[in-house]
Amino acid sequence: MNIVVCVKQVPDTTEVRINPETNTLIRDGVESIINPYDMHAIEAGLQIKEQAGGKVTVLTMGPPQAENALREAISMGVDEAVLLTDRAFAGSDTWATAYALSKAIGHLGADIILCGKQAIDGDTAQVGPEIAEFLDIPHISYIRKIDEVKEDGIRVQRLMDEGFDVIESSLPVLLTVVRELNVPRMPSLKGKMAAKKAVIGKMTAADIGAEDSNLGLKGSPTQVRNIFAPEAKKDRMMLDGTTDEKIEALVKGLAGLKCI
Amino acid sequence: MDYFLTEEQLMIRDLARQIAEEKIVPVRAELDETGEFPHDIMKTLAQSDLFGLFIPEEYGGLGKGGLELAIAVEELSRACLGVATTYAANALGTYPLLLFGSEEQKKRYLPDIAAGKRLVAFGLTEANAGSDAGGIQTTAKLDGNEYLINGTKQWITNGGEAEIYTIIGITDRSKGPRGASAFVIEKGTPGFSFGKKENKMGIRASATTELIFDNCRIPKENIIGKEGMGFVVAMKTLDNSRTGVGAQGVGVAQGAFDEAVKFARQRVQFGHPVITFQAVQHMLADMATSIEAARALVYAVSRFVDSGAKDVSKESAMAKVFATDVAMKVTTDAVQVMGGSGYMKEYPVEKMMRDAKILQIYEGTNQIQRNVIGQALIKEAAKANK
Repeated sequence: MNIVVCVKQVPDTTEVRINPETNTLIRDGVESIINPYDMHAIEAGLQIKEQAGGKVTVLTMGPPQAENALREAISMGVDEAVLLTDRAFAGSDTWATAYALSKAIGHLGADIILCGKQAIDGDTAQVGPEIAEFLDIPHISYIRKIDEVKEDGIRVQRLMDEGFDVIESSLPVLLTVVRELNVPRMPSLKGKMAAKKAVIGKMTAADIGAEDSNLGLKGSPTQVRNIFAPEAKKDRMMLDGTTDEKIEALVKGLAGLKCI
Repeated sequence: MDYFLTEEQLMIRDLARQIAEEKIVPVRAELDETGEFPHDIMKTLAQSDLFGLFIPEEYGGLGKGGLELAIAVEELSRACLGVATTYAANALGTYPLLLFGSEEQKKRYLPDIAAGKRLVAFGLTEANAGSDAGGIQTTAKLDGNEYLINGTKQWITNGGEAEIYTIIGITDRSKGPRGASAFVIEKGTPGFSFGKKENKMGIRASATTELIFDNCRIPKENIIGKEGMGFVVAMKTLDNSRTGVGAQGVGVAQGAFDEAVKFARQRVQFGHPVITFQAVQHMLADMATSIEAARALVYAVSRFVDSGAKDVSKESAMAKVFATDVAMKVTTDAVQVMGGSGYMKEYPVEKMMRDAKILQIYEGTNQIQRNVIGQALIKEAAKANK
């Protein structure tokens, strides 16, 4: 069983700050971590391997420092790590990112591809399913439980707003996972020592045979015109008093604004 | 302060700290309240290879020494001394096998211990044999190819939870101290059972029980070392483990100090955070200074032990007595700095103060440690004046 886990290195903060002049993320002074949802994908990969055998490869696309995320994954026990890095990838949106990752996965070969449901910085939740589309394989998103992994198929539970779906798929398949799936393991000392020594495989645009026009900013259908934090509006009114008094004041206020 | 730890030692510290912060701190109050054994945390420590730290690589361990073990113990103790006691007592129980075990015994037990699959306990203390190890009543009588064990061990850390027990029993009472021997006994051996779990003041996450041997038969090969070596095994084991108790003292003191500083920065009285008051600053200054001194001593003695020094009794007793007295003082002062809040269970320092007390008592009371140091001083002086 060849398992590929796609991870993203993200800033370790819940409050993403944006440089208003360049419209890009401010990364200075912010530590980078593996996207928390991707940690669950790594754990899922390791568990599938423990049960069904095979190899877990962790893959990321990013600048050279993304290597740190890959080493962290190795310390948890993944077998191999591949960094997809090239200046040509700079500025990729989700489409161009998914294109490049799918090309890399095509070279690596995979029976099961695992992704976190989304990244905590961009929050698009698009890259996973887009990779599956590029590879022309099925995908199942929001996996909360993996019931069974067989040679030729998989049965999983997909989290829904109410309850869950049980879905079977043939392989290869791409899964995106939610936190409920598992508890990511701690790194081990032997893993950390291995991570320190590990040689990280690197792939460039040429290595994966990607079409140049599909890469980076120019290959991205999404063009960011402006990113801004919405201004906090101050024109609000706090109502005091008993519930009845507040209801009366609310109705009056809304009528005054011609909302009702 | 920078102790010039190697990259690997820093790695061990960081990993133990990560486990402490992510897995232990969130549950320590509950473990203290319920006295439940921390099975999940032990599993995490096992997966992280921390049980294999001090076990040679040929038996599946990482082949590190007492300093690395002390570093890990310190970090765990910073979060919860109950958990750290469980972890450290495992090493204590393993030392007899590591130091005196036959090749067969090592092959049989060490890989499972290194992997954290089987927990170990050390059984020396009895109702009438604590500080006076000479009062041991448990007997081991050779009967054909078996030893027949009878007696009761008391206050044994990891009792009931451990799968492997290294115990001291009397094989020949007429020989006095040379009549004791060490044995390895597995849980589940007929005639071996456990008494009630003790209800303790602190380190409540750790399990403490009696070990009851009632005509318990074990194969002759289960003797550790030779007949009559029991006290040597016990003393050398304690020489090696004492720095670990010192490390527990450094850890719990650091944990309490961190809480006290955090609180003193936030707590406002007379219009200022209490940390701005000299009375509080001086307490914190003394706490920080004594912790650093204790850590320096524990690390230095650990390195001395790891160097293969022949006699480390005095130095390891010094590390134990100093660091654990510091732990008691610092945890008590942390409660004082935090005042009424420190006394309440909403904050962790009252637990740390309760936990710290055992460090002055177990693995040789601090009075016995001073005896050890005193006897070594007499010996040294006599040698110098020959």
